[in-house]
Amino acid sequence: MTESPVEDSTPAAAPLVVLSNVNKHYGALHVLQDIDLEIRQGEVVVLIGPSGSGKSTLCRTINRLETIDSGTITLSGRPLPAEGRELAKLRAEVGMVFQSFNLFAHKTVLENVVLAQVKVRKVLRSHAEKTARELLDRVGVGAQADKYPAQLSGGQQQRVAIARALAMKPKVMLFDEPTSALDPEMVNEVLEVMRQLAADGMTMVVVTHEMGFARSAANRVLFMADGKIVEQDTPDAFFTAPRSDRAKDFLSKILHH
Amino acid sequence: MGFLFEQDNFALFRDGFLQTIELSALSALLALLLGTLLAAFRVSPVPVLRAFGTTWVTLFRNTPLTLLFFAVTFGLPPLGVHFSHLTFAVLALGGYTASFVCEVIRSGINTVPLGQAEAARSLGMNFFQTLSLVILPQATRTVLGPMSSVFIALPRNSAIAGAFSVGELYSAQQTFSERGYSIFSIFFWVACAYLLISATVASLFRFLESRLAVAR
Repeated sequence: MTESPVEDSTPAAAPLVVLSNVNKHYGALHVLQDIDLEIRQGEVVVLIGPSGSGKSTLCRTINRLETIDSGTITLSGRPLPAEGRELAKLRAEVGMVFQSFNLFAHKTVLENVVLAQVKVRKVLRSHAEKTARELLDRVGVGAQADKYPAQLSGGQQQRVAIARALAMKPKVMLFDEPTSALDPEMVNEVLEVMRQLAADGMTMVVVTHEMGFARSAANRVLFMADGKIVEQDTPDAFFTAPRSDRAKDFLSKILHH
Repeated sequence: MGFLFEQDNFALFRDGFLQTIELSALSALLALLLGTLLAAFRVSPVPVLRAFGTTWVTLFRNTPLTLLFFAVTFGLPPLGVHFSHLTFAVLALGGYTASFVCEVIRSGINTVPLGQAEAARSLGMNFFQTLSLVILPQATRTVLGPMSSVFIALPRNSAIAGAFSVGELYSAQQTFSERGYSIFSIFFWVACAYLLISATVASLFRFLESRLAVAR
């Protein structure tokens, strides 16, 4: 395991993802308000907060699936390019896992993981298939390689989606409520894969309602409400002693002791 | 009914039939390629392309086909464009049908969940990769039903070319009429020929529909 960068006092390398003064509106709704955020290499940042607080939107701005109205976002020190070839190249370096899996319905599980490697990364097909099978084994769905997504359970589909994103060898992985569409008994198999990924040193941004995951895997918890980052802290500090009233209120509603 | 087998009538009828098939097949090919391209334009992120697609559809779908034939056959030569009558007919019929194909494909694209395109883009695919590798293959299944209607209408629309010096079925009918055969028996054979073409197109699409079923 790589060294944990959290609370690291040594002068760290430049942060991997930097958002500064980011603003976004949906019509009259100011969904992201003056967001400043730095994510370091290997850090696991968990975004929590009530519905409509802007956490999914924030997550999606990092690979520009959502555009922003003002401010800057940089990845490895380079600002996100506008629409076009450069943006496509950048997106290949940012893995994304969606709430509704979004596996390609007309392709087999194996093809789902192979497709972008061959078409975007221009990897040889045989090599891409080898990578795909290794990744599918790693997330525990190797036996399903020749099935179609619709034949898999939600948990299996989500693990395939993680493998598909990992196949691009991303610098950072974005998870947009990856377990929210799952049956309760399938949540853990997905979280387990994510914990493993975090332990392997992957830089991750996770939007979730799974407080257990936030506690155990996060380096930092960001609490968002009404388009602002209200509070951020280590999971221990945040869950035991939230500072803001908004966070206290939120936690009292969702944590049952 | 027997007139068809007198003199050179059968040869005339056969040539007309083959010409209708050739005209229809070439127009269908043009319509499919151009229509797909126009549909891609209409969903593209580039405003100029979107405007081009919309203009084409508005212009060609709303103009009577006969008028389009006039425009192509008599409008292009003064501009220095000289083709055979058949080529002009293919351009008119293909361009007209392309506007319908475009709208059918666009409606099919809209049935594919947005998440599919987002997943493709998040993996670094560009617009054309997203469209050709992920969206269109999934849209194809939904599109086949309405598409078969468009391509059944096409051979029947091709009859208009008969009035613009293309020797297809409809113009064969005109010649037979001039030769004084009974209108009923002429139309019987012509109708049979169109029916055969339409039925073939319809069964081709039924075959495709059964082959391309996608589980979701």
